[in-house]
Amino acid sequence: MDKETLLDWYRQMVLIRRFEQRSAELYQQGKIGGFLHLYIGQEAIAVGSIAAKAEGDHVITAYRDHGHAIAVGADLNAVMAELLGKQTGVSMGKGGSMHLADVSRRYWGGYAVVGGHLPLATGIALAEQYRETENAVLCYMGDGATNIGYFHESLNLAGVWQLPVLWIIENNNYGMGTSVDRASAAPILDKAKAYGMNGEQIDGMNVMEVYETTQDCLQKIRDGEGPQFVEMITYRYEGHSMGDPLRYRTKEEVEKWREDDPIGVLERHILDEKAADQEALEAIDGEVEERIEAAVQFAEESPLPEPEALYSGIYVEA
Amino acid sequence: MARITLRQAISDALREEMQRDENVFIMGEEVGVWGGTYAVTRGFHDEFGDKRVRDTPISEMVIGGAAAGAAMNGLRPVAEFMTINFAMLALDQIVNHAAKVHYMFGGQMKAPVVYRAPGGGGRQLGATHSHTPDVIFAHFPGLTVVSPGTPYDAKGLLKSAIRSDDPVLFIEHATLYQLRGEVPEEDYTVPIGVSEVKREGSDVTIISYAQGLQVSLEAAEQLAKEGVEAEVVDLRSLRPLDMGPALESFKKTFRAVVVEEGHRGYGIGAEIVARLQEEAFDYIDAPIKRVAQDETPLPYSQELEQMALINPDKVIAAVKEIV
Ligand SMILES: Cc1ncc(C[n+]2csc(CCOP(=O)(O)OP(=O)(O)O)c2C)c(N)n1
Ligand SMILES: [Mg+2]
Repeated sequence: MDKETLLDWYRQMVLIRRFEQRSAELYQQGKIGGFLHLYIGQEAIAVGSIAAKAEGDHVITAYRDHGHAIAVGADLNAVMAELLGKQTGVSMGKGGSMHLADVSRRYWGGYAVVGGHLPLATGIALAEQYRETENAVLCYMGDGATNIGYFHESLNLAGVWQLPVLWIIENNNYGMGTSVDRASAAPILDKAKAYGMNGEQIDGMNVMEVYETTQDCLQKIRDGEGPQFVEMITYRYEGHSMGDPLRYRTKEEVEKWREDDPIGVLERHILDEKAADQEALEAIDGEVEERIEAAVQFAEESPLPEPEALYSGIYVEA
Repeated sequence: MARITLRQAISDALREEMQRDENVFIMGEEVGVWGGTYAVTRGFHDEFGDKRVRDTPISEMVIGGAAAGAAMNGLRPVAEFMTINFAMLALDQIVNHAAKVHYMFGGQMKAPVVYRAPGGGGRQLGATHSHTPDVIFAHFPGLTVVSPGTPYDAKGLLKSAIRSDDPVLFIEHATLYQLRGEVPEEDYTVPIGVSEVKREGSDVTIISYAQGLQVSLEAAEQLAKEGVEAEVVDLRSLRPLDMGPALESFKKTFRAVVVEEGHRGYGIGAEIVARLQEEAFDYIDAPIKRVAQDETPLPYSQELEQMALINPDKVIAAVKEIV
């Protein structure tokens, strides 16, 4: 991997991490409402896989969607403004944290009903196949989503129709407080086989591995091998959402996973490869800090949606 | 003008729209090789092929969602639910996804999908296969819900639905498939969200739609023989709901009966009655009546099933109570 790419990934991952930490603060201050699901610990997945996508490829995910929004390059100011429910938000303040989208970047957004976006991903892929393009859909979901009916119907249909979808499972070990072994009758990877895919399990804390695997999978899709499946093993360091009592796991478990911190893994790689020195990385951290503060300032200063917005945009046709 | 069945009218609308726009395609259970459970798409698979007439597995949730996703990404899917009873499995995709994405993402995307769903009782199919759950779907802003009562409206409304940029649930009453009516050869549309007076009269206003419209028209003919002239208003669209013609008629007759095939409780009738009293309170000369399905699951036995369903006699009885 060339030096620029590694540093770019480092920048993006730190940007996501700091964005999330800052969001948590804003939440505590009551400036963000509703649910807030942080992506801290999972940054390598959004950054590595989206780096592998071609311009025409699509991205769709669940409610833990800030990382994907930032990785596709959505305007950071507008993302932060959305969390604050402002008119300048990516979804004009109507979506909130769980419903960020940037369709101009083919990011179809975050969806808050577990598994609800899998059928949509199937249909988005169908439209690409219908038009005979080379484009694929990267559909992200949690481990918990592999237990819902949507998962099975969508993977089956995508298999029957050989649709260009890459199913990416972000296995962070838990769906809320329920661990995978308490919720899934079979290993997640076995479920891919049921729908005609080999599937692969990789280290989701290693951005290089995420990138390479995603690239391979997308190539297979473009080579006509049909839908692909990859389970990326990761961990969320924070609670499921704000206010999670964290009764279902131990501090020791969290500490153990911190040794694999995806940003730490990349940092060590960069230093080992002498792609940059500590000072250069700290300079990036500083830039990120400024970007985040500018976004917070933009969001705070942005106007609230006009009252008329409540009634507009329910239908395309007025 | 040719007199064709409502089934043929729907079939013609689909074929003509598919010929007009290559982004229009059909997906659903048994729509292709079988030719459609109600034979609406018979011959389509031979004419348009696998790509545009797509048989799906028995997977209502992904039928609902994949059609919405394909629509978001530029196509014009017409997804058929074998019956509206099974569309309830896809309620979350229809209501929480297709009907919400445009608003929830600040107008960034649209989902111009059409869901066709035959439904209704009266065919001895028992409690699970006989629902008229129109009101469940009509409850949610963001979704358009239409249900035609004549072949002419069926063809014109389906064309409007396919051309609409919004998600539309198109409810077909299965007992109307054989109903014949005049349908022009040339291309036309019926606007969504526009009610229409189907029969003029000055003594009472009967408000209905779909199969209820036919029941109401029959009742009106009988009433005319007894000297009562009923005006019959066809809603055609449940959302958006056009109250214009119903209100205008009510302000002339001062009496109304709402006829629907769904259950009485929390039904279309409840909504219409509320709107009449809100918007025309000073014109109320008698209680506004509701003729609707009894509050029971529908049984198999023909005698029992018919007892629960609406019919012209029930409409006539309701009218006689208030004129
Ligand atoms: C259909 C549905 N059921 C329940 C919920 C509540 N819920 C929100 S997130 C979640 C856990 C999902 O876990 P997973 O798929 O592993 O994703 P993660 O949160 O770990 O990213 C649950 C149960 C929901 N949003 N939708
Ligand atoms: Mg999880």
